[in-house]
Amino acid sequence: MKVVIDSASFDPWKVLDDYQKNMSDLNGQYGATAIFVGTMRDFNEGDDVSEMFLEHYPGMTERHLENICLQATGEYQLMESLVVHRVGAIKPNEPIVLVAVWTAHRKQAFEACREIMEDLKSKAPFWKKEQVDGAEDRWVEKNTKGY
Amino acid sequence: MGIHVKFFASMRDLMGDDRDIDGAVIEKQGINTVDDIWNYCAQGKERSDNVLIAINMDYVDAQALVKEGDEVAFFPPVTGG
Repeated sequence: MKVVIDSASFDPWKVLDDYQKNMSDLNGQYGATAIFVGTMRDFNEGDDVSEMFLEHYPGMTERHLENICLQATGEYQLMESLVVHRVGAIKPNEPIVLVAVWTAHRKQAFEACREIMEDLKSKAPFWKKEQVDGAEDRWVEKNTKGY
Repeated sequence: MGIHVKFFASMRDLMGDDRDIDGAVIEKQGINTVDDIWNYCAQGKERSDNVLIAINMDYVDAQALVKEGDEVAFFPPVTGG
């Protein structure tokens, strides 16, 4: 299990490749990997968005994400899990979040990946501030529904 | 020792940049609950029902008791991911 909060841009596919290469002790054991990658859009609520700043609560954010992963590990028998989340200034098309889980079967993988993502969206202390073309910067007040 | 107070995102804006209340340490005297801290810091500003509160990085409600050395944070609904 690993949780990373990073202000630097990341390539989710490279991160996944590197992480899985270090999971050789699980070779032959996991039969399913579910992945979610969230990427910044250049629009929101009908406006063009040129940049975004992601604030977080250092310490609480990491602890909350670790707890989410631990809970999912118990509930879905995860063999491994990985969460990477950006903070700081972000441009459109840059990845914001990566969630990946490894399980024996697909049912647990799909459900765990979704549950981690939804819990992250509703409880992990991150906040987005958007730069909107032709207007003042604004805080995003709510996330879109995931279900 | 006091109580450490933090405000994040739009809550920090609401408190105003000029008061340096974010990151402040306030005296415990007269402060029993999270509500008391809000009233001390917000100086009459209303706390919306959707404001989230944490003590020592665990979610609590506004009636939660605080003690010396606690870190109390106020923030709006989260919008990560």
